[in-house]
Amino acid sequence: MPEIRIVQTQPPSEPAQTPEQAAAVAAPVEHSAIRRYLLARGNSAITDGAFRVLMALCAFSIFVIVALILFELVQRSQLTLHAFGLKFFYKTYFDPTTNLPSYWDPVNGYFSALPFVYGTLVSSLLSLLFAVPLAIGVAVFLTEMCPNFLCAPLAFLTELLAAIPSIIYGLWAVFILVPLLREYVNPLLIKGLGWTGLFDDTSPTGMGYFASAVILAIMILPIISSLTREVMSAVPHSQREAVLALGATRWEMIRMGVLRNARVGIVGAVILGLGRALGETMAVTMVIGSTPQIHHSLLSTGSSMASVIASEFTEAVSDMHLSALIEIGLALFIVTIIVNAIARLLVWAVTRGAPATTH
Amino acid sequence: MKKGTEESVQEEFQLRTRLRWLVDKAATSLAVLSTLLVILPLVAIFIYLIIQGAHSLNLAFFTQIPKPVGEVGGGMANAIVGSVTLLVIASLLGVPIGIGGGIYLAEFGRGTKFANGVRFTADVLNGVPSIVMGLAAYALIVVPQHHFSALAGGVALGIMMIPTICRTTEEMLLMVPHAVREAALGLGVPNWRSVLSITVKTASPGIITGCMLAFARVAGETAPLIFTALGNDYWSTSLNQPIAALPLQIYVYALSPYDDWHRLAWAGSLVLIVLIVLAVSLVRFVTSRGVLKGAS
Repeated sequence: MPEIRIVQTQPPSEPAQTPEQAAAVAAPVEHSAIRRYLLARGNSAITDGAFRVLMALCAFSIFVIVALILFELVQRSQLTLHAFGLKFFYKTYFDPTTNLPSYWDPVNGYFSALPFVYGTLVSSLLSLLFAVPLAIGVAVFLTEMCPNFLCAPLAFLTELLAAIPSIIYGLWAVFILVPLLREYVNPLLIKGLGWTGLFDDTSPTGMGYFASAVILAIMILPIISSLTREVMSAVPHSQREAVLALGATRWEMIRMGVLRNARVGIVGAVILGLGRALGETMAVTMVIGSTPQIHHSLLSTGSSMASVIASEFTEAVSDMHLSALIEIGLALFIVTIIVNAIARLLVWAVTRGAPATTH
Repeated sequence: MKKGTEESVQEEFQLRTRLRWLVDKAATSLAVLSTLLVILPLVAIFIYLIIQGAHSLNLAFFTQIPKPVGEVGGGMANAIVGSVTLLVIASLLGVPIGIGGGIYLAEFGRGTKFANGVRFTADVLNGVPSIVMGLAAYALIVVPQHHFSALAGGVALGIMMIPTICRTTEEMLLMVPHAVREAALGLGVPNWRSVLSITVKTASPGIITGCMLAFARVAGETAPLIFTALGNDYWSTSLNQPIAALPLQIYVYALSPYDDWHRLAWAGSLVLIVLIVLAVSLVRFVTSRGVLKGAS
């Protein structure tokens, strides 16, 4: 069937094939007859075999690493695993003198990770709220609207955003973003949205869940937008052309032809971003305020799972405290593995079936 | 009667078209706006880094070790050397294993269940937070040794490099055409030799690119170093000692209450980012010049 190309909505194919596409092309390749013959001559069977085994060992080391991490973390968190069990993640203790809820007290020897789980969830979900619409906007702009000469530089800039180390984001956040939020944004939020109860209490420093969500959003944006771009370019051109042929405007074409087809992959990209946000350490540690409490106000200080490990680990003296921190690390490891696995499967599902070369 | 309905239909149609046009324009401007919003922090970060960093950068920064609290001046010479040391250890561990894994995936294990599993695990491992890697290296090396060391820090970083390098190496090797391999085999070259001297060599610009990217990513990592390399205010003379690193030093200085240390933190960040941006743009330059495309 002849293929008629009416519009060229995007520049021909991205610079490199995506890994998944490349893999999909390579997978079914059978060695040619001549190659099989040459390989089977066996004039160097021993060295070839040894080489193959060596390379296989390198590949196998990936499994070893995962197993080793898991084993070591479980091993080193035995103390709290036995002492608290699953209660470690949800129990609320009460301070005997003040009778206020208290969760994490290395001095009196009781530990509950609840405030950290809460802090991690609040800051990363809030950051997704900021980042996802922006990331999709950027991806839509870059794949469907951007004039050709701007495309490569803009894509490069967003990639650069991903290359900045988190410590530099943290530094910038501490000295620029947090004062900015404290002086201008937080008062506005309290005034405008204080009635919701989510913004009524503010920390005097400006640090807290909200500040860390903002910096997290900036940090996970490039990952979400570049993956979204990838899945959007995997949508076949015929889809766009079909919608346009029905008289759709460009936005309608994007909405019906592209976003709808790519939605599974976009969800995957968002979940991958969530995975990053959950484990992000340095920038969050520097701006979240590091208090082991649960505050309902988004503007007050808290602590996340990664940040409590970073800020308390070197100061922990008791074995119990260390074990509790390692158990938090273990939980973080398992959660991010699961989140990443789901995200990868979703992204693969979309890009794998796509034609490897669009042109 | 009939004319009236036609007119109203016409009117409604025009209204709809206008509305759709408006929605289209609104969506376009929203997309443009979000792109600008995303570029904004990037520009802000760079401007601040350059302003703050450049005017606190001087020769002493590169030649002196940190001064005690209260004394003005001092530099991060030991941290720069420490970072280089850690990265060398990390590369020694991460590059060979990563490339080896990539070779297996591309040359031997294509389409097998084992290779798919490795590929998937590598991708997942890539998303594991760096602080967890630090915890693992702590449990693996620091605890048995009873002291923090450069070695532990290097291992933590090295483990983080493996999945990235493995996957990029695989991708690059897949781009090498089969004819090249067959030509080598046809000349009687043993398979292992053909893989190393022909296939890997053909793909080497791409593989180096992948290593540089992993390197750049690991160079800025702080979290895995906090409780492995720990940091050090002096020169460290042995790999079994705690060692300073640029990102660690920035972290400590940024959270300190002294203006002079803040100044040094900015300067350190500028040095770090210049190194990383250089690496990334070099990669970009090499890939866009078609060295890689020439291979396929």
